[in-house]
Amino acid sequence: MTIDQLDIKANEIRQDIIKMLVEAGSGHSAGSLGMADVFTAMYFAVLHHKPKNPDWEHRDRLVLSNGHICPVLYATMAHAGYFSRTELKTLRKLGSRLQGHPHRGTLPGIESTSGPLGSGLAQAVGMALAAKMDQARWQVYCLLSDGEQDAGNNWEAVMMAGKYRLSKLTAIMDRNNIQIDGVTEDVMPLEPVKKKYEAFNWHVIDIDGHNIQMIINATNQARATQDRPTLIIAHTTPGKGVDFMEDDYRWHGSPPGKVETERAPDKAEQAKVALRELRTLQGKIKSEHQ
Amino acid sequence: MANLNPKLYSKDVEQVPIRNGYGEGLVAAGELSDQVVALCADLTESTRTQAFAEKFPERFIQVGVAEQNLATVASGLAAAGKIPFVTSYATFSPGRNWEQIRTTICYNDQPVKVIGSHAGISVGPDGATHQALEDMAIMRALPNMVVMAPCDHLEAKKATLAALEYAGPVYIRLAREATPVVTTGKTQFKIGEAVEFNPGSDLTIIACGPLVYEAMQAAKQLKAKKISAQVLNMATVKPLDEKAVLSAAKQTGAIVTVEEHQVTGGLGGAVAEFLTQHQPVPQEFIGVRDRFGESGEPAELLEKFGLKAKHIIEASLKVIRRKRQLNVVSKIDKKKVSRPNKRSSRKKK
Ligand SMILES: Cc1ncc(C[n+]2csc(CCOP(=O)(O)OP(=O)(O)O)c2C)c(N)n1
Ligand SMILES: [Mg+2]
Repeated sequence: MTIDQLDIKANEIRQDIIKMLVEAGSGHSAGSLGMADVFTAMYFAVLHHKPKNPDWEHRDRLVLSNGHICPVLYATMAHAGYFSRTELKTLRKLGSRLQGHPHRGTLPGIESTSGPLGSGLAQAVGMALAAKMDQARWQVYCLLSDGEQDAGNNWEAVMMAGKYRLSKLTAIMDRNNIQIDGVTEDVMPLEPVKKKYEAFNWHVIDIDGHNIQMIINATNQARATQDRPTLIIAHTTPGKGVDFMEDDYRWHGSPPGKVETERAPDKAEQAKVALRELRTLQGKIKSEHQ
Repeated sequence: MANLNPKLYSKDVEQVPIRNGYGEGLVAAGELSDQVVALCADLTESTRTQAFAEKFPERFIQVGVAEQNLATVASGLAAAGKIPFVTSYATFSPGRNWEQIRTTICYNDQPVKVIGSHAGISVGPDGATHQALEDMAIMRALPNMVVMAPCDHLEAKKATLAALEYAGPVYIRLAREATPVVTTGKTQFKIGEAVEFNPGSDLTIIACGPLVYEAMQAAKQLKAKKISAQVLNMATVKPLDEKAVLSAAKQTGAIVTVEEHQVTGGLGGAVAEFLTQHQPVPQEFIGVRDRFGESGEPAELLEKFGLKAKHIIEASLKVIRRKRQLNVVSKIDKKKVSRPNKRSSRKKK
């Protein structure tokens, strides 16, 4: 696919995310929409995989650590041919393979169960160690969030990946600057995150997480790095693609221009209202923060 | 009388999330003692720590998504004289940070109050990763730990204030969904004391948490079948009110335990462990049977996992059948052995 075609695909995926969230009545919108470009790049241009044979032994492994953004994972997998798009409507419903947080075993193609944050990277480290032992050809990609960098177990894995020089491991962080209780730098300051990973012997690349060409280039660079694991920091806009949010809302707190938001007394309050609007898709779904 | 909600059996009974009672209790605790501090791990609003954080910002501590740190920092705060209330979802705290709670809170015997919200299958669409079904088992196994599972938001508030009074570690489990209000402000509450919510003589239903409501509905429907079911609200799972359990077993001779938790290690386990040693009687267990939860609407899941009043009724009928069979058998046994026994006992005299 050309980059233009990939951009169109990412937007189709965003539309499906919104439809499935509204149908489900709850779920996480901000991170899911923000990561649509990264997921599109991964499933349509980066991963070596066979959607019709999800257990293919030479497949690249994609571990989603921040499982709450699974709407984007499910929608992208459906578009890539793992299962029918009509199944997206079953998200979070009784008996669905599309569990509220992804479950390994329920849905083919899910490498690991996630939702409880901070555990993905360590599993990816285990996989990359095995790949190294077996001199396998596949890569391990671990998708992380910025909020889950608060978790100590994440850093245990960061340190270990550096120790074993796990060059087959690439982590991609959704740097959208928000977590549930607010802005990451207020809840638990993370910066300078690049320097932190570098200090643990990682190769770190900063990119615009909505530029599909950059995403692909960064993964190529990561594969070419033979002596260290790579972290790609994908700077994203939460809720990317939703017109009432995208241009007005930034992580540092500009309001989206809604009446309610404008009435909010101060900047911090405006940002909160904006986030609430985004997380609930303007009141259409229940959000975890509630 | 237990002073229950007069609207308990009406269709328009008020429904309030149990976690809300914790939020109110925490603010009240903060007013009562300025040593109270509240810690949260990036879930301030949904765990209802928000009101405290707004009222006492200088006593609110945001630790981020770091539940192991949450428990351990709280232990340090307690060591320096604070009374920390730490809150997250029960799968993460006390789930993820169990060993930190074990060593730095329980073994250190620090008065940290661990609050696990979103316990039980009724969490709903978030699915198994977020539905804590083992929290009471892992907390109950810890020496020094008190374990409470309030049945509604009013009881959650009382439990929170009781936790403040109590000098040691406490675990309180809360539920996410709106739950019918069973009690009133006047309903008695004390750590370690069961309260009889319904008198009865044919069997005893021992329940905790939001399923107490289902237990009460079951007792009412059993009455229509001419079965008299005692209901005990066991808000404290540890220490177990052994006196109440013993006298129930003696008087009704049949027990059904009810909890939104795995049947192993929770309330049912506690009751069975005690009764096998002191007064073995037939017992049936309502709870989740060694499986994970899944996504779905709370009501659908309660139905699917067999946690509704109708399932309690089935278990009640079964336990009564078992009791009767046992009585018949023991009568036959007595007949068989009565003569030689009497003779031998006479001989002794
Ligand atoms: C161990 C653990 N603790 C708490 C939570 C609850 N939780 C779900 S999402 C989230 C926010 C984390 O921040 P981030 O992943 O950056 O969120 P996003 O940017 O997608 O909104 C939290 C605390 C969790 N899922 N796992
Ligand atoms: Mg984030």
